[in-house]
Amino acid sequence: MTTVAVKPATMAQALTRALRDAMADDPSVHVMGEDVGTLGGVFRITDGLAKEFGEDRCTDTPLAEAGILGTAVGMAMYGLRPVVEMQFDAFAYPAFEQLVSHVSRMRNRTRGKMPLPVTIRIPYGGGIGGVEHHSDSSEAYYMATPGLHVVTPATVADAYGLLRAAIASDDPVVFLEPKRLYWSKDSWNPEEPAPVEPIGRAVVRRQGRSATLITYGPSVPVCLEAAEAARAEGWDLEVVDLRSLVPFDDETVAASVRRTGRAVVVHESGGFGGPGGEIAARVTERCFHYLEAPVLRVAGFDIPYPPPMLERHHLPGVDRILDAVGRLQWEAEG
Amino acid sequence: MTVMEQRGAYRPTPPPAWQPRTDPAPLLPDAEPHRVLGTEAAAKADPELLRRLYAELVKGRRYNAQATALTKQGRLAVYPSSTGQEACEVAAALVLEERDWLFPSYRDTLAVVARGVDPVEALTLLRGDWHTGYDPYEHRVAPLSTPLATQLPHAVGLAHAARLKGDDVVALAMVGDGGTSEGDFHEALNFAAVWQAPVVFLVQNNGFAISVPLAKQTAAPSLAHKAVGYGMPGRLVDGNDAAAVHEVLTDAVRHARSGGGPVLVEAITYRVEAHTNADDATRYRGDAEVETWKQHDPIQLLERELTARGLLDEDGIAAARQDAETMAASLRERMNQDPALDPMDLFAHVYAEPTPQLREQQAQLRAELEAEAESEGTQR
Repeated sequence: MTTVAVKPATMAQALTRALRDAMADDPSVHVMGEDVGTLGGVFRITDGLAKEFGEDRCTDTPLAEAGILGTAVGMAMYGLRPVVEMQFDAFAYPAFEQLVSHVSRMRNRTRGKMPLPVTIRIPYGGGIGGVEHHSDSSEAYYMATPGLHVVTPATVADAYGLLRAAIASDDPVVFLEPKRLYWSKDSWNPEEPAPVEPIGRAVVRRQGRSATLITYGPSVPVCLEAAEAARAEGWDLEVVDLRSLVPFDDETVAASVRRTGRAVVVHESGGFGGPGGEIAARVTERCFHYLEAPVLRVAGFDIPYPPPMLERHHLPGVDRILDAVGRLQWEAEG
Repeated sequence: MTVMEQRGAYRPTPPPAWQPRTDPAPLLPDAEPHRVLGTEAAAKADPELLRRLYAELVKGRRYNAQATALTKQGRLAVYPSSTGQEACEVAAALVLEERDWLFPSYRDTLAVVARGVDPVEALTLLRGDWHTGYDPYEHRVAPLSTPLATQLPHAVGLAHAARLKGDDVVALAMVGDGGTSEGDFHEALNFAAVWQAPVVFLVQNNGFAISVPLAKQTAAPSLAHKAVGYGMPGRLVDGNDAAAVHEVLTDAVRHARSGGGPVLVEAITYRVEAHTNADDATRYRGDAEVETWKQHDPIQLLERELTARGLLDEDGIAAARQDAETMAASLRERMNQDPALDPMDLFAHVYAEPTPQLREQQAQLRAELEAEAESEGTQR
């Protein structure tokens, strides 16, 4: 048996590799967006693709997000499989009408005759010291739009597996890339990339008995860190990485909460009208008789994303998560 | 050379060296809208084509009248009529080859029908039993687009994709004067010009965006002039002169097909009816204005030309009207039948496979329907 050296790779490298492999496997896959060609994208995720596959397959578009997504719709109508890059979360808003009025509805509108296999990659979330409009968590908007899948990886291997699955999907997928994890490293063997992960399955990242932290994307490492810190308090926390917000894996989440009896939802997005409210409701509906305490949320504040010098006060951190865990009515057990 | 390499390449420009990237002169529209009927050019027009256009226009007018009547009978939820604009609607469909694509807006069901789509399927959206009633791939007609101008970038993307695949396909995208104010109009024209995509943009300037006249919509010299800013030719045509519209669109399609890139055509026409059956046009325009335009009616213009040249007589006119009546009778009869509705269809095509959440909701609706059927059975 030969052992392949498993080197640490970054999430950015895994994403690049996923795009490259998808383009090599399927000539209908086209990458398009602002600066994705010659420059390789502002985060370098499309690095080398224009060189390897030519500008017809990896295209620098005019600077116009509605036009990027709108033309991608037309390309998908003609049988291509476009992967568009929105440069930053907040720069994707001009494309919102195309996304809501066409991308999400075309299959339904045409009774399945005209599916749109479009992947929309959006770097999202804060924690990188970005100035205004560079750190939004916009997932709630996309989750609230029927017809879209909404996926976000938290590990290097998932970045590869989920992006391959998104591109292979015959449905439109909003692929949210946690930009502060772009440079996170993980043992990952690019020669034997992780299997293509099915969209819609959550995964238990850490097993525990005391309470479940339900989270996704950029908050997954924070929750894992919090779970380690919680050991000192005598709590053994389980961490569920949702990976896919739509479809939502009720099964994995409910099974975990039924085991632990307590849950905290953690995300950067604002709490009011945010994903956590939906998740808490779903958990309560399914696990009411197993719950020892109300499901709590640790979310970003309900404020416009703060300037970089203040963002650490906004982002859910280990202490805020542990505070919430501490409020899960443990006294009843004493 | 790849498709993208045909774009303007990056060239370093030292500070003093500036020159226009494109000569704007050939892109400018003519001072007057192009006209054929009633001019010397009419003699050169193909009589067969003129007769074909006439028959289609008469049928189109009757189709509009029938669809409007169906709203009054409760058979259509709403109908945005293209009465007075039949020349544009018909010509847009006729200039395309079978392999080409049409991208209509919600007012363009007549163009969709003229392209060959079953009228009942074309009207499904407006009847309200589904959204798009036809298979877009059957006649290469994109779904009727209600959000204004949002279908234009789709046309650009499709034409671009066809070109990337080496297919000889042109996309013709339709929009109104109001739609030219939308951002998607701008983005679509810009992408099309940069990519040299084989797209013809047909703007039907019918004078109004619901109630808002063009003067409140734009300060451009003409809508056709907007083309120059994108580096594509703009063409101005009398939108009620079917022969002229057909000629200008044919030239534009040829230009696009031969690799010349996109063309913007502004057709000057007039929305004779209100915005839809639900609108009251007397609140924003006078009868006198409408009457002036009725004197410049597309069917009359063509009829005058054809009869003057002996290409059409009373029998021919009667035959065209009879054809239109036959079409209307068939449409009326078919639209008077209740559409088959299956509530379970609601969940059928949201995703390729329903999500677990949709399966639950599907089960809920099924149970509701079963309970409903049971209680109806009991009452009987």
